[in-house]
Amino acid sequence: MTGNAAGLSVRNLSFSYGPRRALQDVSFTLAAGSFGALLGPNGAGKSTLFGLLTRLFTTRDGTITVAGHDLAHTPRAALAQMGVVFQQTTLDLDLSVRQNLRYFSALHGISGRDADARIDAALDRMAMRERAHERARNLNGGHRRRTEIARALLHSPRVLLLDEPTVGLDAATRAGITDHVHRLCADDGLTVLWATHLTDEVRSEDRLVILHQGRILGDGFARETMAGGDLKTAFLTLTGAPRDADPAL
Amino acid sequence: MPIPRSDAYLIALRAIVWREALRFVHQRERFIAALVRPLVWLLVFAAGFRAALGLSITPPYQTYMTYETYIVPGLCGMILLFNGMQSSLSLVYDREMGSMRLLLTAPLPRWWLLFCKLAGSTVISVLQVYAFLIIAGLFGFRVAWPGYITLLPALVVAGLMLGALGLALSSLIRQLENFAGVMNFVIFPMFFLSSALYPLWKMAEASRLLHDICAANPFTHAVELIRFALYREFNGPALLWVLLAGMAFMGLALWGYDPARGLIRRKG
Repeated sequence: MTGNAAGLSVRNLSFSYGPRRALQDVSFTLAAGSFGALLGPNGAGKSTLFGLLTRLFTTRDGTITVAGHDLAHTPRAALAQMGVVFQQTTLDLDLSVRQNLRYFSALHGISGRDADARIDAALDRMAMRERAHERARNLNGGHRRRTEIARALLHSPRVLLLDEPTVGLDAATRAGITDHVHRLCADDGLTVLWATHLTDEVRSEDRLVILHQGRILGDGFARETMAGGDLKTAFLTLTGAPRDADPAL
Repeated sequence: MPIPRSDAYLIALRAIVWREALRFVHQRERFIAALVRPLVWLLVFAAGFRAALGLSITPPYQTYMTYETYIVPGLCGMILLFNGMQSSLSLVYDREMGSMRLLLTAPLPRWWLLFCKLAGSTVISVLQVYAFLIIAGLFGFRVAWPGYITLLPALVVAGLMLGALGLALSSLIRQLENFAGVMNFVIFPMFFLSSALYPLWKMAEASRLLHDICAANPFTHAVELIRFALYREFNGPALLWVLLAGMAFMGLALWGYDPARGLIRRKG
Protein backbone atom coordinates (compact mmCIF):
# COMPACT_ATOMS: atom_id res chain seq x y z
CA MET A 1 0.00 0.00 0.00
CA THR A 2 1.21 3.45 -0.77
CA GLY A 3 -1.29 5.22 1.44
CA ASN A 4 -2.80 6.75 -1.67
CA ALA A 5 -6.39 7.75 -0.96
CA ALA A 6 -7.31 7.05 -4.57
CA GLY A 7 -9.54 4.08 -5.16
CA LEU A 8 -8.54 3.82 -8.79
CA SER A 9 -5.95 5.79 -10.66
CA VAL A 10 -5.07 5.63 -14.35
CA ARG A 11 -2.10 7.66 -15.55
CA ASN A 12 -1.02 8.36 -19.14
CA LEU A 13 -2.30 5.04 -20.43
CA SER A 14 -1.84 4.29 -24.13
CA PHE A 15 -2.42 1.08 -26.03
CA SER A 16 -2.33 -0.01 -29.67
CA TYR A 17 -3.56 -3.05 -31.57
CA GLY A 18 -0.73 -3.21 -34.07
CA PRO A 19 -0.78 0.11 -35.92
CA ARG A 20 -4.24 1.05 -34.61
CA ARG A 21 -4.21 3.32 -31.55
CA ALA A 22 -6.99 2.19 -29.17
CA LEU A 23 -6.14 4.37 -26.16
CA GLN A 24 -4.16 7.62 -26.20
CA ASP A 25 -2.76 9.11 -23.01
CA VAL A 26 -5.77 8.26 -20.84
CA SER A 27 -5.66 9.61 -17.27
CA PHE A 28 -8.27 9.86 -14.52
CA THR A 29 -8.55 9.23 -10.81
CA LEU A 30 -11.48 8.03 -8.72
CA ALA A 31 -11.32 8.82 -5.03
CA ALA A 32 -12.01 5.95 -2.64
CA GLY A 33 -15.74 5.45 -2.22
CA SER A 34 -16.75 7.34 -5.35
CA PHE A 35 -18.94 6.24 -8.23
CA GLY A 36 -17.31 6.92 -11.57
CA ALA A 37 -19.14 6.55 -14.83
CA LEU A 38 -17.03 5.85 -17.88
CA LEU A 39 -19.19 7.07 -20.72
CA GLY A 40 -18.30 6.48 -24.31
CA PRO A 41 -19.93 5.43 -27.57
CA ASN A 42 -19.30 1.95 -28.94
CA GLY A 43 -15.71 1.65 -30.11
CA ALA A 44 -14.48 4.42 -27.81
CA GLY A 45 -11.94 2.12 -26.16
CA LYS A 46 -13.89 1.15 -23.03
CA SER A 47 -13.34 -2.59 -23.47
CA THR A 48 -9.64 -2.08 -24.17
CA LEU A 49 -9.40 -0.01 -21.00
CA PHE A 50 -11.15 -2.80 -19.07
CA GLY A 51 -8.76 -5.35 -20.55
CA LEU A 52 -5.87 -3.29 -19.21
CA LEU A 53 -7.54 -2.59 -15.85
CA THR A 54 -8.14 -6.31 -15.31
CA ARG A 55 -4.65 -7.22 -16.60
CA LEU A 56 -5.90 -9.46 -19.38
CA PHE A 57 -3.19 -7.66 -21.29
CA THR A 58 -0.66 -5.02 -20.33
CA THR A 59 1.05 -1.99 -21.78
CA ARG A 60 4.31 -0.25 -20.97
CA ASP A 61 2.74 3.14 -21.63
CA GLY A 62 1.12 4.36 -18.44
CA THR A 63 0.29 3.13 -14.96
CA ILE A 64 -2.79 1.77 -13.21
CA THR A 65 -3.15 1.86 -9.43
CA VAL A 66 -5.89 -0.11 -7.68
CA ALA A 67 -6.52 0.81 -4.02
CA GLY A 68 -2.92 1.95 -3.80
CA HIS A 69 -1.39 -1.10 -5.52
CA ASP A 70 0.42 -0.68 -8.82
CA LEU A 71 -1.10 -3.21 -11.22
CA ALA A 72 2.17 -3.69 -13.14
CA HIS A 73 4.44 -4.18 -10.14
CA THR A 74 2.13 -5.88 -7.63
CA PRO A 75 -0.53 -7.45 -9.86
CA ARG A 76 -1.75 -10.00 -7.33
CA ALA A 77 -2.24 -7.41 -4.59
CA ALA A 78 -4.08 -5.16 -7.04
CA LEU A 79 -6.27 -7.96 -8.41
CA ALA A 80 -7.13 -9.09 -4.87
CA GLN A 81 -8.68 -5.64 -4.30
CA MET A 82 -10.68 -5.72 -7.51
CA GLY A 83 -14.12 -7.09 -8.31
CA VAL A 84 -15.06 -7.30 -11.97
CA VAL A 85 -18.32 -7.69 -13.83
CA PHE A 86 -17.58 -8.28 -17.49
CA GLN A 87 -19.82 -7.25 -20.34
CA GLN A 88 -20.36 -10.84 -21.45
CA THR A 89 -21.69 -13.23 -18.88
CA THR A 90 -18.95 -15.20 -17.17
CA LEU A 91 -21.21 -17.58 -15.29
CA ASP A 92 -20.93 -21.29 -15.93
CA LEU A 93 -24.48 -21.89 -17.09
CA ASP A 94 -24.43 -25.59 -16.20
CA LEU A 95 -23.60 -24.89 -12.57
CA SER A 96 -25.93 -23.57 -9.89
CA VAL A 97 -25.67 -20.04 -8.53
CA ARG A 98 -23.99 -21.33 -5.38
CA GLN A 99 -21.56 -23.55 -7.33
CA ASN A 100 -20.57 -20.57 -9.47
CA LEU A 101 -19.93 -18.48 -6.38
CA ARG A 102 -18.01 -21.27 -4.66
CA TYR A 103 -15.78 -21.64 -7.70
CA PHE A 104 -15.01 -17.93 -7.70
CA SER A 105 -14.37 -17.91 -3.93
CA ALA A 106 -11.81 -20.65 -4.40
CA LEU A 107 -10.04 -18.67 -7.11
CA HIS A 108 -9.54 -16.04 -4.41
CA GLY A 109 -8.36 -18.58 -1.88
CA ILE A 110 -11.61 -18.62 0.11
CA SER A 111 -13.13 -21.98 1.01
CA GLY A 112 -15.18 -23.84 3.59
CA ARG A 113 -17.35 -21.99 6.10
CA ASP A 114 -15.80 -18.65 5.28
CA ALA A 115 -16.85 -19.08 1.65
CA ASP A 116 -20.37 -20.20 2.62
CA ALA A 117 -20.83 -17.21 4.94
CA ARG A 118 -19.64 -14.79 2.30
CA ILE A 119 -21.83 -16.39 -0.37
CA ASP A 120 -24.92 -16.18 1.86
CA ALA A 121 -24.20 -12.54 2.68
CA ALA A 122 -23.56 -11.62 -0.95
CA LEU A 123 -26.72 -13.39 -2.14
CA ASP A 124 -28.77 -11.71 0.60
CA ARG A 125 -27.45 -8.34 -0.40
CA MET A 126 -28.52 -8.94 -4.00
CA ALA A 127 -31.84 -10.57 -2.93
CA MET A 128 -30.75 -13.79 -4.65
CA ARG A 129 -30.63 -16.19 -1.69
CA GLU A 130 -33.71 -18.15 -2.71
CA ARG A 131 -32.17 -18.80 -6.13
CA ALA A 132 -28.89 -20.17 -4.77
CA HIS A 133 -29.58 -23.70 -6.00
CA GLU A 134 -30.97 -22.78 -9.41
CA ARG A 135 -28.86 -23.45 -12.45
CA ALA A 136 -27.45 -20.26 -13.92
CA ARG A 137 -28.97 -21.29 -17.26
CA ASN A 138 -32.46 -20.96 -15.78
CA LEU A 139 -31.95 -17.40 -14.53
CA ASN A 140 -33.19 -14.39 -16.49
CA GLY A 141 -30.74 -11.71 -17.62
CA GLY A 142 -31.33 -9.50 -14.59
CA HIS A 143 -30.78 -12.31 -12.11
CA ARG A 144 -27.64 -13.43 -13.92
CA ARG A 145 -26.27 -9.91 -13.61
CA ARG A 146 -27.17 -9.76 -9.93
CA THR A 147 -25.40 -13.08 -9.42
CA GLU A 148 -22.31 -11.71 -11.14
CA ILE A 149 -22.33 -8.59 -8.99
CA ALA A 150 -22.75 -10.74 -5.86
CA ARG A 151 -19.82 -12.85 -7.05
CA ALA A 152 -17.65 -9.81 -7.73
CA LEU A 153 -18.13 -8.71 -4.11
CA LEU A 154 -17.39 -12.07 -2.45
CA HIS A 155 -13.77 -11.32 -1.66
CA SER A 156 -14.61 -7.85 -0.25
CA PRO A 157 -12.82 -5.84 -2.93
CA ARG A 158 -12.32 -2.11 -2.53
CA VAL A 159 -12.76 -1.39 -6.22
CA LEU A 160 -15.59 -2.69 -8.40
CA LEU A 161 -15.31 -2.53 -12.20
CA LEU A 162 -18.40 -3.07 -14.33
CA ASP A 163 -18.17 -3.16 -18.12
CA GLU A 164 -21.58 -2.23 -19.55
CA PRO A 165 -23.35 -4.41 -16.99
CA THR A 166 -26.87 -3.53 -18.13
CA VAL A 167 -26.52 -4.46 -21.80
CA GLY A 168 -29.55 -6.45 -22.94
CA LEU A 169 -31.65 -5.76 -19.84
CA ASP A 170 -35.05 -4.07 -19.73
CA ALA A 171 -35.41 -0.54 -18.38
CA ALA A 172 -36.74 -1.51 -14.94
CA THR A 173 -33.99 -4.09 -14.37
CA ARG A 174 -31.37 -1.62 -15.56
CA ALA A 175 -32.61 1.00 -13.13
CA GLY A 176 -32.66 -1.54 -10.28
CA ILE A 177 -29.08 -2.62 -10.86
CA THR A 178 -27.85 0.95 -11.33
CA ASP A 179 -29.53 1.97 -8.04
CA HIS A 180 -28.08 -0.99 -6.21
CA VAL A 181 -24.50 -0.33 -7.26
CA HIS A 182 -24.89 3.34 -6.31
CA ARG A 183 -26.05 2.20 -2.87
CA LEU A 184 -23.06 -0.14 -2.54
CA CYS A 185 -20.84 2.80 -3.22
CA ALA A 186 -22.56 5.03 -0.66
CA ASP A 187 -23.04 2.42 2.08
CA ASP A 188 -19.87 0.33 1.82
CA GLY A 189 -17.38 2.91 0.57
CA LEU A 190 -16.73 0.87 -2.56
CA THR A 191 -15.00 2.62 -5.45
CA VAL A 192 -16.95 1.90 -8.62
CA LEU A 193 -16.05 2.33 -12.27
CA TRP A 194 -19.16 1.79 -14.34
CA ALA A 195 -18.61 1.72 -18.12
CA THR A 196 -21.66 2.51 -20.19
CA HIS A 197 -22.83 4.17 -23.38
CA LEU A 198 -26.23 5.00 -21.84
CA THR A 199 -26.48 8.51 -20.40
CA ASP A 200 -29.53 7.72 -18.24
CA GLU A 201 -27.38 5.49 -16.01
CA VAL A 202 -25.29 8.46 -14.91
CA ARG A 203 -26.42 10.65 -12.00
CA SER A 204 -25.55 14.29 -11.63
CA GLU A 205 -23.45 13.64 -8.52
CA ASP A 206 -21.39 10.90 -10.20
CA ARG A 207 -17.87 11.41 -11.38
CA LEU A 208 -17.98 11.30 -15.15
CA VAL A 209 -15.16 10.33 -17.48
CA ILE A 210 -15.99 10.63 -21.16
CA LEU A 211 -13.96 8.47 -23.52
CA HIS A 212 -14.11 9.03 -27.25
CA GLN A 213 -11.87 7.54 -29.94
CA GLY A 214 -9.42 6.41 -27.28
CA ARG A 215 -9.02 9.83 -25.67
CA ILE A 216 -10.48 11.47 -22.59
CA LEU A 217 -12.92 14.17 -23.70
CA GLY A 218 -14.17 15.16 -20.28
CA ASP A 219 -13.39 14.43 -16.66
CA GLY A 220 -15.36 15.94 -13.80
CA PHE A 221 -18.71 15.62 -12.08
CA ALA A 222 -21.63 14.83 -14.33
CA ARG A 223 -23.47 18.00 -13.27
CA GLU A 224 -20.54 20.06 -14.54
CA THR A 225 -20.70 18.38 -17.94
CA MET A 226 -24.47 18.80 -18.04
CA ALA A 227 -24.13 22.52 -17.25
CA GLY A 228 -27.82 22.81 -16.44
CA GLY A 229 -28.91 20.87 -19.52
CA ASP A 230 -29.30 17.14 -20.01
CA LEU A 231 -26.38 14.77 -20.24
CA LYS A 232 -27.41 13.23 -23.54
CA THR A 233 -27.22 16.56 -25.34
CA ALA A 234 -23.94 17.47 -23.69
CA PHE A 235 -22.48 14.06 -24.54
CA LEU A 236 -23.54 14.22 -28.19
CA THR A 237 -22.15 17.73 -28.47
CA LEU A 238 -18.84 16.67 -26.97
CA THR A 239 -18.46 13.62 -29.19
CA GLY A 240 -19.64 15.52 -32.25
CA ALA A 241 -22.33 12.95 -33.04
CA PRO A 242 -25.63 13.94 -34.67
CA ARG A 243 -28.44 14.46 -32.13
CA ASP A 244 -30.39 11.48 -33.39
CA ALA A 245 -27.27 9.28 -33.61
CA ASP A 246 -28.31 6.62 -31.12
CA PRO A 247 -31.85 6.54 -29.74
CA ALA A 248 -30.62 4.33 -26.88
CA LEU A 249 -28.50 7.15 -25.48
CA MET B 1 -9.12 -8.79 1.02
CA PRO B 2 -5.33 -9.30 1.19
CA ILE B 3 -3.41 -11.47 -1.26
CA PRO B 4 -4.54 -15.08 -0.76
CA ARG B 5 -2.34 -17.23 1.48
CA SER B 6 -0.18 -20.06 0.20
CA ASP B 7 -2.98 -22.62 0.66
CA ALA B 8 -4.92 -20.55 -1.87
CA TYR B 9 -2.94 -22.37 -4.57
CA LEU B 10 -4.38 -25.71 -3.52
CA ILE B 11 -7.87 -24.30 -2.96
CA ALA B 12 -7.84 -22.94 -6.52
CA LEU B 13 -6.43 -26.20 -7.91
CA ARG B 14 -9.14 -28.23 -6.24
CA ALA B 15 -11.88 -25.87 -7.46
CA ILE B 16 -10.63 -25.79 -11.06
CA VAL B 17 -10.27 -29.58 -11.23
CA TRP B 18 -13.71 -29.97 -9.65
CA ARG B 19 -15.24 -27.57 -12.16
CA GLU B 20 -13.66 -29.48 -15.06
CA ALA B 21 -15.11 -32.68 -13.63
CA LEU B 22 -18.58 -31.13 -13.24
CA ARG B 23 -18.48 -29.79 -16.78
CA PHE B 24 -17.53 -33.25 -18.00
CA VAL B 25 -20.35 -34.89 -16.08
CA HIS B 26 -22.79 -32.38 -17.55
CA GLN B 27 -21.60 -33.15 -21.05
CA ARG B 28 -22.68 -36.78 -21.19
CA GLU B 29 -22.36 -36.95 -24.96
CA ARG B 30 -18.69 -35.98 -24.61
CA PHE B 31 -18.11 -38.88 -22.26
CA ILE B 32 -19.92 -41.32 -24.51
CA ALA B 33 -18.04 -40.07 -27.59
CA ALA B 34 -14.77 -40.42 -25.71
CA LEU B 35 -15.58 -44.08 -25.05
CA VAL B 36 -17.20 -44.98 -28.34
CA ARG B 37 -14.39 -43.60 -30.52
CA PRO B 38 -11.63 -45.96 -29.29
CA LEU B 39 -14.06 -48.86 -28.95
CA VAL B 40 -15.00 -48.56 -32.62
CA TRP B 41 -11.32 -48.68 -33.48
CA LEU B 42 -10.77 -51.65 -31.22
CA LEU B 43 -13.81 -53.71 -32.13
CA VAL B 44 -14.30 -52.81 -35.79
CA PHE B 45 -11.13 -51.42 -37.28
CA ALA B 46 -8.76 -53.78 -35.48
CA ALA B 47 -10.90 -56.82 -36.29
CA GLY B 48 -10.83 -55.96 -39.98
CA PHE B 49 -7.19 -55.04 -39.98
CA ARG B 50 -5.98 -58.08 -38.08
CA ALA B 51 -5.72 -60.25 -41.16
CA ALA B 52 -3.96 -57.61 -43.22
CA LEU B 53 -1.21 -56.76 -40.77
CA GLY B 54 1.26 -59.32 -39.49
CA LEU B 55 3.10 -58.21 -36.38
CA SER B 56 6.34 -59.76 -35.23
CA ILE B 57 7.46 -59.81 -31.61
CA THR B 58 8.66 -56.38 -30.54
CA PRO B 59 9.29 -55.07 -27.01
CA PRO B 60 7.56 -54.93 -24.60
CA TYR B 61 5.68 -57.95 -26.02
CA GLN B 62 7.21 -61.33 -25.20
CA THR B 63 5.23 -63.28 -27.73
CA TYR B 64 3.04 -62.86 -30.78
CA MET B 65 0.05 -60.69 -30.10
CA THR B 66 -3.24 -59.97 -31.80
CA TYR B 67 -3.63 -56.66 -33.55
CA GLU B 68 -6.22 -55.64 -30.95
CA THR B 69 -3.64 -56.14 -28.25
CA TYR B 70 -1.19 -53.99 -30.16
CA ILE B 71 -3.46 -50.99 -30.67
CA VAL B 72 -4.95 -50.73 -27.16
CA PRO B 73 -2.09 -48.51 -25.86
CA GLY B 74 -2.44 -46.36 -28.98
CA LEU B 75 -6.14 -46.02 -28.30
CA CYS B 76 -5.38 -44.96 -24.72
CA GLY B 77 -3.13 -42.30 -26.28
CA MET B 78 -5.94 -41.37 -28.65
CA ILE B 79 -8.23 -40.66 -25.70
CA LEU B 80 -5.56 -38.42 -24.15
CA LEU B 81 -4.96 -36.67 -27.46
CA PHE B 82 -8.62 -35.98 -28.18
CA ASN B 83 -9.31 -34.88 -24.64
CA GLY B 84 -6.29 -32.57 -24.60
CA MET B 85 -7.56 -30.96 -27.78
CA GLN B 86 -11.12 -30.81 -26.51
CA SER B 87 -9.85 -29.00 -23.48
CA SER B 88 -8.28 -26.50 -25.80
CA LEU B 89 -11.65 -26.21 -27.49
CA SER B 90 -13.18 -25.52 -24.09
CA LEU B 91 -10.56 -22.85 -23.46
CA VAL B 92 -11.38 -21.09 -26.70
CA TYR B 93 -15.06 -21.45 -25.85
CA ASP B 94 -14.38 -20.25 -22.31
CA ARG B 95 -12.56 -17.25 -23.56
CA GLU B 96 -15.39 -16.38 -25.89
CA MET B 97 -17.86 -16.91 -23.08
CA GLY B 98 -15.76 -14.86 -20.73
CA SER B 99 -15.08 -17.37 -17.99
CA MET B 100 -11.44 -17.59 -19.06
CA ARG B 101 -11.28 -13.86 -18.33
CA LEU B 102 -12.64 -14.56 -14.90
CA LEU B 103 -9.99 -17.20 -14.30
CA LEU B 104 -7.17 -14.95 -15.46
CA THR B 105 -8.20 -12.10 -13.16
CA ALA B 106 -7.80 -14.29 -10.07
CA PRO B 107 -4.99 -13.04 -7.78
CA LEU B 108 -2.75 -16.04 -8.44
CA PRO B 109 0.15 -16.39 -10.85
CA ARG B 110 -1.04 -17.01 -14.35
CA TRP B 111 1.24 -20.03 -14.78
CA TRP B 112 -0.46 -21.65 -11.79
CA LEU B 113 -3.95 -20.93 -13.09
CA LEU B 114 -3.04 -22.46 -16.46
CA PHE B 115 -1.44 -25.45 -14.77
CA CYS B 116 -4.65 -25.97 -12.75
CA LYS B 117 -6.63 -25.99 -16.00
CA LEU B 118 -4.17 -28.52 -17.40
CA ALA B 119 -4.37 -30.70 -14.30
CA GLY B 120 -8.17 -30.66 -14.52
CA SER B 121 -8.21 -31.83 -18.12
CA THR B 122 -5.60 -34.52 -17.37
CA VAL B 123 -7.66 -35.95 -14.52
CA ILE B 124 -10.64 -36.24 -16.87
CA SER B 125 -8.45 -37.85 -19.56
CA VAL B 126 -7.07 -40.46 -17.18
CA LEU B 127 -10.53 -41.39 -15.92
CA GLN B 128 -11.68 -41.80 -19.51
CA VAL B 129 -8.78 -44.13 -20.29
CA TYR B 130 -9.60 -46.35 -17.32
CA ALA B 131 -13.28 -46.41 -18.31
CA PHE B 132 -12.18 -47.50 -21.79
CA LEU B 133 -9.90 -50.20 -20.37
CA ILE B 134 -12.73 -51.57 -18.24
CA ILE B 135 -14.93 -51.95 -21.32
CA ALA B 136 -12.02 -53.31 -23.38
CA GLY B 137 -11.55 -55.86 -20.57
CA LEU B 138 -15.14 -56.99 -21.02
CA PHE B 139 -14.31 -57.71 -24.66
CA GLY B 140 -11.30 -59.79 -23.70
CA PHE B 141 -8.42 -57.35 -23.65
CA ARG B 142 -6.75 -57.69 -20.27
CA VAL B 143 -3.26 -57.29 -18.86
CA ALA B 144 -1.92 -58.43 -15.48
CA TRP B 145 -3.55 -56.18 -12.87
CA PRO B 146 -0.32 -54.47 -11.67
CA GLY B 147 -0.08 -53.15 -15.24
CA TYR B 148 -3.13 -51.00 -14.60
CA ILE B 149 -1.28 -49.40 -11.69
CA THR B 150 2.04 -48.84 -13.45
CA LEU B 151 0.01 -47.35 -16.29
CA LEU B 152 -1.19 -44.45 -14.13
CA PRO B 153 2.00 -42.31 -14.01
CA ALA B 154 2.50 -42.84 -17.75
CA LEU B 155 -1.04 -41.63 -18.44
CA VAL B 156 -0.54 -38.59 -16.21
CA VAL B 157 2.72 -37.56 -17.90
CA ALA B 158 1.37 -38.18 -21.41
CA GLY B 159 -1.92 -36.46 -20.52
CA LEU B 160 -0.11 -33.39 -19.22
CA MET B 161 2.04 -33.21 -22.36
CA LEU B 162 -0.94 -33.46 -24.72
CA GLY B 163 -2.99 -31.09 -22.55
CA ALA B 164 -0.12 -28.58 -22.68
CA LEU B 165 -0.17 -28.87 -26.47
CA GLY B 166 -3.89 -28.08 -26.40
CA LEU B 167 -3.27 -25.16 -24.05
CA ALA B 168 -0.60 -23.77 -26.36
CA LEU B 169 -2.91 -24.14 -29.37
CA SER B 170 -5.77 -22.46 -27.54
CA SER B 171 -3.65 -19.35 -27.07
CA LEU B 172 -2.99 -19.28 -30.80
CA ILE B 173 -6.48 -20.01 -32.09
CA ARG B 174 -8.31 -16.83 -32.85
CA GLN B 175 -11.78 -18.21 -33.22
CA LEU B 176 -13.80 -21.26 -32.39
CA GLU B 177 -14.18 -22.12 -36.08
CA ASN B 178 -10.42 -22.59 -36.39
CA PHE B 179 -10.68 -25.63 -34.19
CA ALA B 180 -11.66 -27.65 -37.28
CA GLY B 181 -8.19 -26.81 -38.55
CA VAL B 182 -6.69 -28.21 -35.37
CA MET B 183 -8.50 -31.47 -36.03
CA ASN B 184 -7.15 -31.70 -39.56
CA PHE B 185 -3.65 -30.38 -39.00
CA VAL B 186 -2.85 -31.53 -35.46
CA ILE B 187 -4.96 -34.45 -34.25
CA PHE B 188 -5.05 -36.58 -37.40
CA PRO B 189 -1.36 -36.16 -38.37
CA MET B 190 -0.27 -36.75 -34.78
CA PHE B 191 -2.34 -39.88 -34.52
CA PHE B 192 -1.61 -41.44 -37.91
CA LEU B 193 2.07 -40.47 -37.94
CA SER B 194 2.71 -42.40 -34.75
CA SER B 195 3.14 -45.93 -33.49
CA ALA B 196 -0.46 -46.03 -32.29
CA LEU B 197 -1.77 -48.16 -35.16
CA TYR B 198 1.38 -49.76 -36.58
CA PRO B 199 4.88 -50.31 -35.26
CA LEU B 200 7.58 -48.00 -36.55
CA TRP B 201 9.45 -50.80 -38.33
CA LYS B 202 6.34 -51.38 -40.43
CA MET B 203 6.34 -47.69 -41.33
CA ALA B 204 10.03 -47.90 -42.26
CA GLU B 205 9.15 -50.56 -44.84
CA ALA B 206 6.83 -48.08 -46.50
CA SER B 207 8.97 -44.94 -46.29
CA ARG B 208 12.09 -43.94 -44.42
CA LEU B 209 10.92 -40.33 -44.26
CA LEU B 210 7.56 -41.26 -42.78
CA HIS B 211 9.35 -43.46 -40.26
CA ASP B 212 11.58 -40.55 -39.21
CA ILE B 213 8.59 -38.24 -38.83
CA CYS B 214 6.82 -40.88 -36.73
CA ALA B 215 9.94 -41.33 -34.60
CA ALA B 216 10.10 -37.58 -33.90
CA ASN B 217 6.39 -37.28 -33.13
CA PRO B 218 5.93 -36.77 -29.36
CA PHE B 219 2.68 -38.70 -29.57
CA THR B 220 4.63 -41.81 -30.66
CA HIS B 221 6.63 -41.57 -27.45
CA ALA B 222 3.50 -40.98 -25.38
CA VAL B 223 2.03 -44.18 -26.86
CA GLU B 224 5.24 -46.16 -26.26
CA LEU B 225 5.45 -44.88 -22.69
CA ILE B 226 1.89 -46.12 -22.15
CA ARG B 227 2.55 -49.40 -23.97
CA PHE B 228 5.58 -50.24 -21.83
CA ALA B 229 3.90 -49.10 -18.59
CA LEU B 230 0.91 -51.32 -19.32
CA TYR B 231 3.29 -54.29 -19.34
CA ARG B 232 5.13 -53.02 -16.23
CA GLU B 233 8.17 -51.91 -18.13
CA PHE B 234 9.87 -48.55 -18.08
CA ASN B 235 10.71 -46.76 -21.31
CA GLY B 236 13.26 -44.08 -20.35
CA PRO B 237 13.80 -42.49 -23.78
CA ALA B 238 10.03 -42.22 -24.31
CA LEU B 239 9.60 -40.58 -20.90
CA LEU B 240 12.39 -38.11 -21.64
CA TRP B 241 10.89 -37.24 -25.01
CA VAL B 242 7.43 -36.75 -23.53
CA LEU B 243 8.78 -34.58 -20.71
CA LEU B 244 10.78 -32.40 -23.11
CA ALA B 245 7.83 -32.00 -25.45
CA GLY B 246 5.55 -31.23 -22.49
CA MET B 247 7.88 -28.52 -21.22
CA ALA B 248 8.17 -27.00 -24.68
CA PHE B 249 4.38 -26.95 -25.14
CA MET B 250 3.86 -25.49 -21.66
CA GLY B 251 6.45 -22.80 -22.38
CA LEU B 252 4.60 -21.94 -25.57
CA ALA B 253 1.28 -21.83 -23.68
CA LEU B 254 2.72 -19.51 -21.02
CA TRP B 255 4.07 -17.28 -23.74
CA GLY B 256 0.71 -17.31 -25.50
CA TYR B 257 -1.13 -16.31 -22.34
CA ASP B 258 1.45 -13.81 -21.12
CA PRO B 259 -0.39 -10.50 -20.71
CA ALA B 260 2.54 -8.46 -22.00
CA ARG B 261 3.94 -10.47 -24.89
CA GLY B 262 1.38 -13.02 -25.80
CA LEU B 263 -1.31 -13.21 -28.38
CA ILE B 264 -4.29 -12.78 -26.08
CA ARG B 265 -3.82 -9.01 -26.33
CA ARG B 266 -4.54 -9.13 -30.03
CA LYS B 267 -7.78 -10.90 -29.41
CA GLY B 268 -8.82 -8.73 -26.47
